Amino acid sequence: MSSETQKILTTDGIPLEVSLKKAERRNKIKAFLLVAPLLLFLIITYVFPIGDMLMRSVDDKMVTEMLPKTFKAMEKWDGKELPEEDVFKAFYLDFRQLVDEKREGKLSTQLNYTKNGFKSIIKKLRRKSKNFEEGNYKEQIMAVHKRWADVEYWKAIKRRAPAYTSQKYLKGMDMFKNENGEIVSVSEDRRIHRILWLRTLEIAFFVTLFCFLMAYPIAHLLATLPMKYSNLLMICVLLPFWTSLLVRTASWMILLQQQGVVNDFFVGIGLVADDARPEMMYNKTGTYVAMTQILLPFMVLPLYSVMKTISPSLMRAGKSLGGTPIVAFWKVYFPLTIPGIGAGCLLCFILAIGYYITPALVGGASGTLISNQIAFHMKSTLDWSFASAMGLMLLAGVLAIYWVYNKLVGIDNIKLG
Amino acid sequence: MNKEFVKFDKVDKSYDGKILVVKDLQLDIEEGEFVTMLGPSGSGKTTCLMMLAGFETPTHGEIYLDGKAISSIPPHKRGIGMVFQNYALFPHMTVYENLAFPLRVRKIPKDEADKKIDKALSMVSLQGFAQRMPGQLSGGQQQRVAVARSLVFDPQLVLMDEPLGALDKNLRESMQYEIKHIHESIGVTVVYVTHDQSEALTMSNRIAVFNDGKVQQLSSPDELYEKPVNSFVAEFIGENNTFAGEVSDISGGKCKVKLANAEILANPISVKGKGDKTTVSLRPERALINPSDKMDNVHNGKIEEVIYHGDHTRVRINLLGNSEFILKVPNSSSNLDIKLGNEIKIGWNSEDARALDPK
Repeated sequence: MSSETQKILTTDGIPLEVSLKKAERRNKIKAFLLVAPLLLFLIITYVFPIGDMLMRSVDDKMVTEMLPKTFKAMEKWDGKELPEEDVFKAFYLDFRQLVDEKREGKLSTQLNYTKNGFKSIIKKLRRKSKNFEEGNYKEQIMAVHKRWADVEYWKAIKRRAPAYTSQKYLKGMDMFKNENGEIVSVSEDRRIHRILWLRTLEIAFFVTLFCFLMAYPIAHLLATLPMKYSNLLMICVLLPFWTSLLVRTASWMILLQQQGVVNDFFVGIGLVADDARPEMMYNKTGTYVAMTQILLPFMVLPLYSVMKTISPSLMRAGKSLGGTPIVAFWKVYFPLTIPGIGAGCLLCFILAIGYYITPALVGGASGTLISNQIAFHMKSTLDWSFASAMGLMLLAGVLAIYWVYNKLVGIDNIKLG
Repeated sequence: MNKEFVKFDKVDKSYDGKILVVKDLQLDIEEGEFVTMLGPSGSGKTTCLMMLAGFETPTHGEIYLDGKAISSIPPHKRGIGMVFQNYALFPHMTVYENLAFPLRVRKIPKDEADKKIDKALSMVSLQGFAQRMPGQLSGGQQQRVAVARSLVFDPQLVLMDEPLGALDKNLRESMQYEIKHIHESIGVTVVYVTHDQSEALTMSNRIAVFNDGKVQQLSSPDELYEKPVNSFVAEFIGENNTFAGEVSDISGGKCKVKLANAEILANPISVKGKGDKTTVSLRPERALINPSDKMDNVHNGKIEEVIYHGDHTRVRINLLGNSEFILKVPNSSSNLDIKLGNEIKIGWNSEDARALDPK
């Protein structure tokens, strides 16, 4: 047929494709303008901050910029014996300039991150260096403190030469680069972050599981009850959702504390002795209970929206064909709710993995999560780059879960409503 | 043959304790019969079906299946096949798995099950569709799968709840014949619910007309059409011309009914004596234009509307004060003078004019 090679023309002789594009351009522009505000908002509030976090977490320019001459001189140093005079001289010159600009304190903090013991010797060097004479800086600096004559400290300085570092990420996994540049784990008794990661995963997993077990019957009831009752039940589900997170967590504190309502009740019915009230708060139990309650609506709503679409005649069909109610449920109803289960679990798990307020208030020492550690570094140690690194690791973890879910169930199988 | 294969015995059903949806239902269905429950929506027909299937419990009375009371038997033990309004095919299973479901729960060995599934699929001419998902089938095909699924485990009784409601007209008609033929070939008892009277008339052995929670009439399609026992049935089944009046004389199997300004002869069905109010019902095809002298009712009317229908012409006439009197004239005899505004003579036999209860 010739129509395949021949271009179709409109009545005016313009090629059809061109005409079509022209006709649709207006609509495309309109559509873009409609999404533009959101796009802009997302770029400003989401893409930029994450990019900034990424930069901050690997950024190590501060020391690089503070000691430019030193690092230049160190390029030729093999890092085995103590460096030569030229390195000492360069270091002295850099250091004098920092002292003039009153920035040597920052240097000491930064170097102390790399190796403990820099703080005091830098203070001492500042005092002594005022009276240094020209020439032979190596001798003079080494005379300030014996650590200045220790090659390990000079190696520590050299490690800070690159402008970018993966050190924060390694630290987040309780690992570090040793003097020889090998990645090793920290000693067993100092592996706090790994414990926190595992605990975060564990708590997120169990909270998701508890949410699922409790939400499934509720969602089913919501989807099958007559409108009059299901509306009421829906309000009961949503009411906590509308209450402030802090209020809800605080009310759990009132309920769960040792002199609290739940314990009083247990003592009252004789379940536990008055002097042996169990601790239900400031530990994992408190975190589980409060987080499950708080995340429950995130499981109920997707499940409900999926169950709502399942025709009741399907269960009836299953039964009329001879399936017992259990068989009909398991073979017919349950498989149809999987998209909702996937959406609910993913939502709950992702929210739980980064949860902050609740574990911070009711978690105690054994119930804190990685997010509390991030907040700690943001607010207390002010090690923002470390906090950023851990934040990004969390983000990567969430994306990994998403990816696994997509491989296992398929993301198009998700239904939020 | 068991005359009382399915038996509703004085069954009442109420959902809220205030209104009876089904009132004192008495209904026997013979084995191998095709019975249709026909009625307007809200007449209680679907409720009856659901009680039979076991999804609703009777408030009072008992239902018997093959002599056994079944009110306390859960649906999955009743062994009744059912076709639902929206097919209720399991969307996550293939056609094969859908059909295999009732066989699997009955622990029927796989090779035997495969044979049954093949047979059921060929019965509805869907061989080769076993591996399709229901979503990939057209409405008519889904319907056939639903029918096949309800029959695959050889139930003695199959219930169908408005199974053709979602299909377009042509498909619906061909499916009607198909279901009828399946019923005839395997001899299963079918209870069929519909609100479509032509569907009921074409398919059923007997039709139970429901209204207001009661069976108004239970009889064969022709009897239902020719001899309705009350004015609801007459009105609900087919077309109907009515005259409201009062019995002025009753004798010798005929009665005189006095209308506003005339008197007609009618067949007394549910009138007892002089002075009874009545509605006289007459099928449109029973009245003729230019009647022979033998007809004992002959009156003059004026043509108000003529509608061409291809095989016949509908003529609306103002007759004896009823301006909605309809006549169906076959389009073969072209010599009739049917023109708007013409005065014509119309006649019918008093036997065909049934004096029923007043509306």
